[in-house]
Amino acid sequence: MRNGTTHRPLTHLSSRSEFNGVIEIENLSKHFVSRDRDRVEALTDVSISIRRNEFVCLVGPSGCGKSTLLRLVGGLLPASQGRVMIDGTLVAEPRAETGIVFQSPTLLPWASVLDNVLFPLKMMKRVTAESPGRAKSLLKLVGLEGFEGKYPRELSGGMQMRTGICRALMHDPDILLMDEPFGSLDALTREELTLQLMRIWREQPKTVLFVTHSIPESVMLADRVVVLSARPGRIVEIVPVDVPRPRKFGMEALDDFQRAARRIRQLIFGVEGNTIH
Amino acid sequence: MTLIAMWEAVCRLFGVPSYIIPAPSAIWKETSALPGNVAWHTLVTGKTVLLGFLVSLLISLPLAVLLTSSRLVAGAIYPLLVLTQAIPKVALAPILVVVLGTSELPRVVVTFLVAFFPLVLSIAAGLVSVPPDLIELGRACRANRWTELWRIRLPYAVPFIFSGLKAAIALAVVGAVVAEFVNADAGLGYLIQTSTAFFKVQLAWGALIILSIMGILLFQIVVAIERIFFPWSPGIDTPTV
Repeated sequence: MRNGTTHRPLTHLSSRSEFNGVIEIENLSKHFVSRDRDRVEALTDVSISIRRNEFVCLVGPSGCGKSTLLRLVGGLLPASQGRVMIDGTLVAEPRAETGIVFQSPTLLPWASVLDNVLFPLKMMKRVTAESPGRAKSLLKLVGLEGFEGKYPRELSGGMQMRTGICRALMHDPDILLMDEPFGSLDALTREELTLQLMRIWREQPKTVLFVTHSIPESVMLADRVVVLSARPGRIVEIVPVDVPRPRKFGMEALDDFQRAARRIRQLIFGVEGNTIH
Repeated sequence: MTLIAMWEAVCRLFGVPSYIIPAPSAIWKETSALPGNVAWHTLVTGKTVLLGFLVSLLISLPLAVLLTSSRLVAGAIYPLLVLTQAIPKVALAPILVVVLGTSELPRVVVTFLVAFFPLVLSIAAGLVSVPPDLIELGRACRANRWTELWRIRLPYAVPFIFSGLKAAIALAVVGAVVAEFVNADAGLGYLIQTSTAFFKVQLAWGALIILSIMGILLFQIVVAIERIFFPWSPGIDTPTV
């Protein structure tokens, strides 16, 4: 990472204790009942332990319940069976110390970039005198310095996404849930944001659960990749990624990278050597 | 301007009788003969329009929130709302005078009844059209129903609210005139009625033109308020001039 070392670590912005961010998912199932009373199984019997500050990617065919799993961990959906524990506490409602980045930037059109980033704190009545300064340093971290006063519609898609990421980081969560955050971006912006995300994660370590349907993206980011099957989603295999950190583009050629990517592809498509992704 | 000139020319060339369509010059002459008098009537009508409009806004906002808060409440209120719109206001106005007396009150009530319905509908439409993403964001930020309404739904509905306000201000002028036809001793509606009764058609036309100008001005004020205070609002139904 070319510019990775020039940035001062943001540990001074962190105030949380040392033992947070452990996610335990135990026999989790979720079904929905549709309007015509059909029962749709979204997730079946998912169990996984995620370590503190681990980066875990969820990969699988579309409709496999990746987003559903993320929402269950975020407390936005109730589980049908099983449970999600975070630091030993049952997740029954959205947790203050979890940050969520949605598929679309989901910015408030009536609020400036700065106010959008401050939104979670305002909602939780946790705005302090230091908050705007922290918001600005986060915006600077993702290259949005000077855009604090702009409205979302004045920003490009990539800039809107960065704003959404800053918003999720604003209250210094110990868990970050990301639902295909780069899915709608062009390839260049995507690479850039991937690098920025890795830098943020290195400087402000936190547990990350990241949904994607890009196999290379998952291998580039993750410590472990959870491969889910088509609906109803269940864990097919958890693929460890042994590519050394800090990671950078160009590492795709490494054996470890190739091995992990090939294994994931095999699990999803069932055929080795399939090059479509 | 060209329109007025053509109107004047046609009236003169073909000798149109003034009780059918008076020439603009004649209208101007009659209307400006008593400037203080006409101004007084204009002010009286303007007051009724604004009061009725404000009451519409103050009642429509909570009403729309109630309508969108639960299916049960909506089911109870909605038929009543439709009923208020099914009643012909012109027919209701004299009854309201008997009930409420010959004060400003029945006029404001009639104005409100004419103006508020589209406002309620647009505010309600705005409140329910918030994208599920934003609602989910609110939930992730641990919003309760009240903060969700105040910080997400209402701001999101602002363009819709203004859409309704634009319809409401135009209708408020109609409502005020209807009310003045039935019960008033002043106002432009009253002026039209009395002047036609005395065959002063030019003055009636003058009052009509003032009413139109008032309607346009008030509409533009609503548009301006939206532009100034809510610059991010796309102004969904106003062409950018």
